[in-house]
Amino acid sequence: MKRVYMDHAAATRLLPEVREAMLPYLADVFGNPSSLHDWGDPAREAVENAREQVARLIGVEEPEEIIFTASGSESNNLAIKGLAQAQQNKGKHIVISAIEHFSVLYSARAMEKAGFEISLVPVDKYGMVNPEDVRKAIRKDTVLISVMHANGEVGTIQPIKEISEIAKENRIVFHTDAVATCGNFPVNVKELGVDALSLAGNQFYGPKGSGALWVRRGVRLIPLIDGGIQEGGWRAGTEDVPAIVGLGKAAEIALKDLNSRMQKLIPLRDKLLKELPEKVGHVVVTGHPQKRLPGHASFCVEFIEGESMLMLLNSQGVGVSSGSSCTSRALKASHVLLAMGLSHEVAQGSILFTLGVGNQTEDIDYILEIMPPIVKRLREMSPLYAKYVKAGKGE
Amino acid sequence: MPVYSEKVMDHFMHPRNVGEIENPDGVGEVGNPVCGDMMTFYIKVKDNVIEDVKFKTFGCGAAIAVSSMVSEMAKGKTIEEARKITPQLVADELEGLPKQKYHCSNLGAQALNKAIDDYLSKKK
Repeated sequence: MKRVYMDHAAATRLLPEVREAMLPYLADVFGNPSSLHDWGDPAREAVENAREQVARLIGVEEPEEIIFTASGSESNNLAIKGLAQAQQNKGKHIVISAIEHFSVLYSARAMEKAGFEISLVPVDKYGMVNPEDVRKAIRKDTVLISVMHANGEVGTIQPIKEISEIAKENRIVFHTDAVATCGNFPVNVKELGVDALSLAGNQFYGPKGSGALWVRRGVRLIPLIDGGIQEGGWRAGTEDVPAIVGLGKAAEIALKDLNSRMQKLIPLRDKLLKELPEKVGHVVVTGHPQKRLPGHASFCVEFIEGESMLMLLNSQGVGVSSGSSCTSRALKASHVLLAMGLSHEVAQGSILFTLGVGNQTEDIDYILEIMPPIVKRLREMSPLYAKYVKAGKGE
Repeated sequence: MPVYSEKVMDHFMHPRNVGEIENPDGVGEVGNPVCGDMMTFYIKVKDNVIEDVKFKTFGCGAAIAVSSMVSEMAKGKTIEEARKITPQLVADELEGLPKQKYHCSNLGAQALNKAIDDYLSKKK
């Protein structure tokens, strides 16, 4: 059976060069980077080298401003909680978009318990934030704005530069969750104009358990993990040297390969975005048609539910994701799709294809071949579809 | 480890009794798209025995497997016997359901009961 992996937003395959770079640190180079001897020195050098590689990927001139973490979620927790707490004497109001990743959303919610207030900025039908809505949400006591660079579920790229200008005018710290974009789409902290940025290695062919937060020097931050003075005192705990080395190598390769990755993935994405709705019918493309992540094609298929679609695709060798409530452990429809104004009914039909460097045109052709019968089969079973047909609108 | 048992996968991949019954003796509809699953059960009853069962389901793999299993369990049973089909029995017959799916997707018995209610109310 043909096997097609199209769930790169969930996990990417480690590049062979990344694995090779990590291996010594799982074997002979086992020293603690904090140790001042021949065992510690090469480990420390490896960590600092990775810091430079990550800094270069996002256009940061001072590598010391990079804090290694264990995931994108940790980076976002550190950013939201750490940047907010550090400024609580100035004010206790945080502005975030309605479609942030749970690690931003629930970090902000956690700050409510510490007396902060949260404003959620809405998005339009494409999942796009209007910078003017951010301006409207700003209050005298706003100390932090966080808007993601791109949403991993619908792929929409946000107008971060425009929002950063508004943040600057109002002298408010601006963080962006760039977990979905880093390594897949150009990210430059100077061009974006942000003060802090989260990224994760597993999104661009690096290891799981690798992440980083960049915070501009001079911006105050309170650590989440207290202890030793690793990571400049911003994150205590012995460094995960193999993961950090892997993240650094993945960043180096991403910087070199970014253009070719994008040139490869965009035509594949566009083929799927155009042809799947044509072939299947009653399919809504979710997210912005053009301003979206290079390998990201997301849809809602009407009258059927995402998990059953996902399972039938899996039975034919295709791995994808869905934002339906049945696929979420929380059993709630995606807050992203609902914020975009989709009904619960339509949001249940969420299906998400995220392409990676290993995908080929034939993979898209295979999806386009097997999706129509899968959808037909589930629609024939669906009471919603039966009602629609009976109402005389079908076929 | 797969999320679903082999039995659930079998009923999901090869659901029994999908469809509608023309002029059914009872119809039962449960669920709504907000919680994710919707089921409609149709029954044909003769001499107090459920002669035929059909269903349509909008929902996840568990919801489809549950519907299929309930339809199989109910077929050929008397109304009284069919009343004894509980969500727990259905889950047991399916060799278990994931914990988080138990409440939202295990609506089959409820839909069948509603169809029986409908049949009995029409009979009066």
